[in-house]
Amino acid sequence: MSESVAAEHDYIGLSMEASQMSDNKTKTRDNNNNKNDDVLNFKATELRLGLPGSESPERVDQRFLPLKSSCPVSGAKRVFSDAINGSTKWVFSPGSATDVKDIKPAVPVKEKKSSAAAAPPASKAQVVGWPPIRSFRKNTMASSQSQKQGGGDNNNSETDGEAKSGAEPCLYVKVSMEGAPYLRKIDLKTYKSYVELSSALEEMFSCFTIGQFGSHGGCGRDGLNESRLTDLLRGSEYVVTYEDKDSDWMLVGDVPWEMFICSCKKLRIMKSSEAIGLAPRVMEKCRSRN
Amino acid sequence: MDLRLPSKVLEHILSFVDSNEDRNSVSLVCKSWFETERRTRKRVIVRNCYAVTPEAVARRFPEMRSLTLKGKPHFADYNLVPDGWGGYAWPWIEAMAVKCPSLEELRLKRMVVTDECLEKIAASFKDFKVLVLTSCEGFSTDGLAAIAVACSNLRELELRECIVEDLGGDWLSYFPETLTSLVSLDFSCLDSEVKLSDLERLVSRSPNLKSLKLNRAVSLDALGSLLRLAPQLVELGTGSFSDKLDQEAVSKLSQAFSEMKELKSLSGLWDVLPEYIPLLYSVCPGLTSLNLSYATVQMPNLVELLTRCSNLQKLWVMDLIEDKGLEVVASSCKELRELRVFPSGAEGLNDTNVAMTEQGLVSVSEGCPNLESVLYFCVQFTNAAMITIARNRPNLKCFRLCVMEPFAPDHKTQKPLDEGFKAIVERCKDLQRLSVSGLLTDKAFEYIGTHGKKLRMLSIAFAGDSDLMLHHLLSGCESLNKLEIRDCPFGDTALLENAAKLETMRSLWMSSCCVSFGACKLLSQKMPKLNVEVIDEHPLETRPDSSPVERIYIYRTLAGPRLDMPEFVWTIQKNPEIGVSHLAIK
Repeated sequence: MSESVAAEHDYIGLSMEASQMSDNKTKTRDNNNNKNDDVLNFKATELRLGLPGSESPERVDQRFLPLKSSCPVSGAKRVFSDAINGSTKWVFSPGSATDVKDIKPAVPVKEKKSSAAAAPPASKAQVVGWPPIRSFRKNTMASSQSQKQGGGDNNNSETDGEAKSGAEPCLYVKVSMEGAPYLRKIDLKTYKSYVELSSALEEMFSCFTIGQFGSHGGCGRDGLNESRLTDLLRGSEYVVTYEDKDSDWMLVGDVPWEMFICSCKKLRIMKSSEAIGLAPRVMEKCRSRN
Repeated sequence: MDLRLPSKVLEHILSFVDSNEDRNSVSLVCKSWFETERRTRKRVIVRNCYAVTPEAVARRFPEMRSLTLKGKPHFADYNLVPDGWGGYAWPWIEAMAVKCPSLEELRLKRMVVTDECLEKIAASFKDFKVLVLTSCEGFSTDGLAAIAVACSNLRELELRECIVEDLGGDWLSYFPETLTSLVSLDFSCLDSEVKLSDLERLVSRSPNLKSLKLNRAVSLDALGSLLRLAPQLVELGTGSFSDKLDQEAVSKLSQAFSEMKELKSLSGLWDVLPEYIPLLYSVCPGLTSLNLSYATVQMPNLVELLTRCSNLQKLWVMDLIEDKGLEVVASSCKELRELRVFPSGAEGLNDTNVAMTEQGLVSVSEGCPNLESVLYFCVQFTNAAMITIARNRPNLKCFRLCVMEPFAPDHKTQKPLDEGFKAIVERCKDLQRLSVSGLLTDKAFEYIGTHGKKLRMLSIAFAGDSDLMLHHLLSGCESLNKLEIRDCPFGDTALLENAAKLETMRSLWMSSCCVSFGACKLLSQKMPKLNVEVIDEHPLETRPDSSPVERIYIYRTLAGPRLDMPEFVWTIQKNPEIGVSHLAIK
């Protein structure tokens, strides 16, 4: 548990940059994340355009160090907003990724720069949102590079490059839900079972089901009612489905977990009524596999 | 004698007044002019979707046919706004569906648009013609299918750099055979392949098609057949430009390009191979806009292309163009008005492989007399270069310099870049938009405050020394409309002292500065016509007044506090401690 946690950036569409970005949460379930003190460093790599695993040597620019006394920073900036819950309930089990980095907050700087004598050599440290290049552009360039180097793997420019990197440090899949304003991304490798996955999804999407009206207009509700969501998810209203390698949509839970994470490309939470047609295909697939 | 202009006459006169700025002035003259103006305005632009309620807009402009909305603050483009902040299109679409069913055009920027939104549009607006989504997210290709199938008079469907859940390419196949009105189609941001035969049929039956921007999945071969079906295109965004074609296919493609006599704008060109650049030569002389910012083409190949673009007004390119390439631009593209140079380096920082320096921009400023808009990413810069640029081009309206290394001084003198930016604001009297970077002291902002009288939008990062910086800007820049600041060391004093200024601006964004929670509370109390949003993903358990906030977003509004705030957005209405009761929401 001493390693920093991996988290994903759920800004929709973000890919390898997202996957490489990790997050220190100030409050974890176990509350033993002491990496926060090391948060002084700009080591996050979420703006990279290179392939995952291609890291630059990290030299921290001293000028980025905050003066903690004058401007206390309450911990690493978490870009994924656990807004709805308002708490950090969902936590990915740490130690999952080889390219996990500490994310540094964009730290307020109080030092006088004008007295910079010899400026230190240009640091390779990276900062959230800097240089100011739009995500779309970064994703496109990243995917372009990976296509060129990845030897014509044309199946997507979704830039889920982390899945192609071979070392498989993370396994990000998009999760969408009917009625939800936007997608999320999760790292399947951080779960060990369907139960864990299911509770994570419940927490992530709870705001969208509490009060159906909220599904369009956003989720400003206080007082999250998890048990209601659980009822909804486990009851008949919603099912979790996934798209597998053959681009078929299947119900989650039918195959062993290990097989599932190998074949799952994306997840979708849909109303049970929509998922009725899936069952027969599941049966067929099982038959054809056996 | 009644000297009032009969309203019918006024209506007729107003039908010639297009600009909303002018119409706004008209509406201030007197009540009857206000009434006549509002009843005749067809094109409504709301630049902050939270500044006013949809109902209020619909009430005021009952004849609205075109609505433009902007949602998230600009820095959302750079991931500085957490997910779930807001900017939902749904309330607007829902309201207009009821109050304004004759709506024909919807243009949304940085908003969250869901499939339900798109379905609602398709179902509610019978004469819907134009949908342009820029930097939007939250919808899938299913939503596009809904639009395609239902909007029988659709003219424009443009997705500009949107993040779309791509469930496949069959959305395109939903355009009915009866749809022949298409003028513009842009699906360049989508991943999946669309069915080529359906696309060809769509293009064939769209005689008015003027703008077609394909996605990367459209092959070079397919491009050829599409161009033959639509030689009248004025704007073209190609797909991937890297397939291997045989000689015959190449010459056919070349022929197709040479048939395109109307082409003015070219983009796409993903992965363009150098050997295919000559295919474009025939269209170059007619081009006014060229977007090579995704074309990883190296310098020597670019030169041949650019020397032929003598009418170019807008050029977007990567720094692979190098100083040499920009010299060619300076000598060949005399009509150039806008130049954007994006970084190609993998990290965007300190990439010394590319031979592009400040000199490139200097050359263009010397050679292109009409240059008025610049976005330039560069590793480092000098004061001397900026002074030269300012001297050459006092007609600059937009100057956005991104020195990619934070705090980088003038690389020749090691001094701050204060003097350079001073020259820019001093000489370029019509400057409306400025982005600064590099090592800057408070002095730079004193200069900007003193000289930047027409400045409307200002972006600042990693700069300044103290509160003075903000004070100079808020007290000096009379026309300031949008100010966005990140990672600058100032705090409360300047903000509170200049609070009144904030009501004259559209918005102020500050992140990772030293603004305290107490100041935010105070500001909220003092300025009820502003929404003061504290966006803090890691709030402390108790928030002492002295604790700094992560981000603050302040904007003027007639709508009061918004109803869709997520947990991590705090406004004073949420805070019972202060004793401010929850305001009644009208």
